[in-house]
Amino acid sequence: MTSQMTGAKMVVQALRDQGVDTVFGYPGGAVLPIYDEVFQQNEIRHILVRHEQGAVHAAEGYARSTGKPGVVLVTSGPGATNAVTGLTDALMDSIPIVVLTGQVPTFMIGSDAFQEADTVGITRPCTKHNWLVKDTNKLSGTIHEAFHVATSGRPGPVLVDIPKDVQFANGSYTPKAKAATTRYQPQVKGDPDTILELVEAIETAQRPVFYTGGGVINSGPAASQLLRELVDATGIPITSTLMGLGAYPASSDKWLGMLGMHGLYEANLAMHGCDLMINVGARFDDRITGRLDAFSPTSRKAHIDIDPSSINKVVRVDMPIIGDIGHVLEDVLRMWKARGRKVNREALHHWWSQIEDWRAVNCLAYKPSAGTIRPQHALARLEALTKDHDRYITTEVGQHQMWAAQYLGFEDPGRWMTSGGLGTMGYGVPASVGVQIAHPDALVINVAGEASWLMNMQEMSTAVQYRAPVKQFILNNERLGMVRQWQELLHGERYSHSWSEALPDFVKLAEAFGCKGILCKDPADLDDAIMEMLDYDGPVIFDCLVEKHENCFPMIPSGEPHNKMLLGEVSTKDAIGASGAVMV
Amino acid sequence: MSALHIKKGSTKHSAYNLRPTFSDVQETHTLAVLVDNEAGVLARVIGLFSGRGYNIDSLTVAEVDHEGHRSRITVVTTGTPQVIEQIKAQLGRIVPVHEVHDLTVEGRSVERELALIKIEGQGEKRVEALRLADIFRAHVVDSTLESFVFQITGTPDKVDAFADLMRPLGLVEVARTGVAALSRGI
Ligand SMILES: Cc1ncc(C[n+]2csc(CCOP(=O)(O)OP(=O)(O)O)c2C)c(N)n1
Ligand SMILES: [Mg+2]
Repeated sequence: MTSQMTGAKMVVQALRDQGVDTVFGYPGGAVLPIYDEVFQQNEIRHILVRHEQGAVHAAEGYARSTGKPGVVLVTSGPGATNAVTGLTDALMDSIPIVVLTGQVPTFMIGSDAFQEADTVGITRPCTKHNWLVKDTNKLSGTIHEAFHVATSGRPGPVLVDIPKDVQFANGSYTPKAKAATTRYQPQVKGDPDTILELVEAIETAQRPVFYTGGGVINSGPAASQLLRELVDATGIPITSTLMGLGAYPASSDKWLGMLGMHGLYEANLAMHGCDLMINVGARFDDRITGRLDAFSPTSRKAHIDIDPSSINKVVRVDMPIIGDIGHVLEDVLRMWKARGRKVNREALHHWWSQIEDWRAVNCLAYKPSAGTIRPQHALARLEALTKDHDRYITTEVGQHQMWAAQYLGFEDPGRWMTSGGLGTMGYGVPASVGVQIAHPDALVINVAGEASWLMNMQEMSTAVQYRAPVKQFILNNERLGMVRQWQELLHGERYSHSWSEALPDFVKLAEAFGCKGILCKDPADLDDAIMEMLDYDGPVIFDCLVEKHENCFPMIPSGEPHNKMLLGEVSTKDAIGASGAVMV
Repeated sequence: MSALHIKKGSTKHSAYNLRPTFSDVQETHTLAVLVDNEAGVLARVIGLFSGRGYNIDSLTVAEVDHEGHRSRITVVTTGTPQVIEQIKAQLGRIVPVHEVHDLTVEGRSVERELALIKIEGQGEKRVEALRLADIFRAHVVDSTLESFVFQITGTPDKVDAFADLMRPLGLVEVARTGVAALSRGI
């Protein structure tokens, strides 16, 4: 049954049909009819952001912490172009986002009309798919297809551009169940022969390792559950990318910590020395592999991914399995159990003792200093004081982000929201707002650098308006710390424009926004200050003055392989000796 | 449907996987891409090639099923085996793309191109041009006392050869369609 209504009404009806409860948006001329419909209903909550980039990042935070698609509504022209960074961010990190943009009326398209931009042209390379809807009769069907594309297969952002005359015109509404979604149906079941090959490899491997990524989280809670079962039953060590943190609990003894450029020593050496690498929903990103021709030279590699283009893109794999992680892991587990739950116990035991040697290096060790707060210490204390809370963490981009990944532990998927692929400074503030909107009673902390934080700080106003008690934990080194680190290590200590001058007084800034501001610079005050932040019922901006010239280690300098890790203060002499056999 | 039916975007089921994927050899492949004929679909395909730095040697597109609104894009591209595999997988990811066929590896295929070639000149050169056109089975589709337009169809190599021969005989303009290709047999 179809019914007649205006395009604007259809938008709201389609969102309702899709089970949308929250939209992040910003109005303007080309979306006024839709805003008028938003005004006349109460089922869908509209969150007014302060910048369209913030709307997309907030929707990303919402999506990653709920598993549901994030929805954004913005106007034409500048509204749409402001959304581009967020769309690219969501594309790189495979986050399901549906962006609805207003457009000038169809009869004015191409005339350089006021606030006209070629939105589908501009966003074609930064969306999974996009549509310009020129006929009201096709509007609701297109929105339903947009949700389908955003959420199925490898998730990603989509955009529907809706000219204003299409919003005003009447047309017939297509319900969700009747919408055409058949043309996009990615393969979810893995090839059984290759799965069997992987199971056999698991049974005999001497030095296996799971290398997991954001795909596990994207596949849904069942995938994380199955991964846990498989790791625990086989006793195979597991590491994960930045994107995959939380899919497997950090408190487990099988957990090696994050891998990659700033990954843990034991994780990277396990990757380098393994004889079986099982990539589950990761994509051999260059931050992970380091120098490609020296990447894990002795391993056979399996790769489970729903996106065929991820397979053999940068690293040639021996066992490619195209399918949904949840489906494939279920098959792997069933087959492995049916064949008698075999592993190479003796070799695994040996492998673990090797890993224990690497662990003993304690690569994250640091000496707290009495005078200034070391950023690692700030995060270690934050972890200690918040880990038992119902906690969600977002971050900005830089050293603080890597330290957060290293020093905070994640027990569940969807608890860690960070800009991985694009590395977008300015992600964290709006993402934290989006997470808090989805989880009003949870503790939501944005671990930030002072420079990144300034990039989208206007969203604090959103937080205040909607009483989202986000905690902004700023590790303030008065530096573009990560840039400074690279300049120190790679550019002869010429610190070209990598410091933050004329910083605002964050406490006063907090007050100006109507939040609470806390300044902390003495390690002795740190715990009390963090507790004060946690106890405050409302948004907090915590200005944590930290050591200015701290470097983030371990670090694999770009262009180097995993076994060329820099460890900073920790000595590696013995450990490298002990590991030599595996590494060559 | 071709005998070697390749699932959309799949690399696993491709006969191509039997060959080493990571090699430095540059290969030229002809891909047939079946797409929904909707606004922007060609831009998506071209944008993929330019955005990811792939080569387009030739590209043709036209609607081949007017009822189903399906177009067939024939694209000739050059790259290492790994890049060719990536191109196919990336094409397969585009939502309006229904099928991607690598005609170069899926058995034998025929490739044809049509060109219009204008020659200016008089006297002996004009006669020679006509004679060569006859050998190449090119047709005269327009003529004045000082010019001819030849229409030639054939493989890109044949068209190249004909154009090269025409150059000293007064070639002034060439228009080529790009390659259309189909697999042989059923
Ligand atoms: C939008 C954007 N611009 C530039 C960069 C490059 N960049 C990466 S980290 C960084 C410095 C971040 O400084 P801050 O937020 O203070 O974090 P810190 O590294 O000091 O912890 C810069 C400029 C980026 N990632 N994103
Ligand atoms: Mg900083």
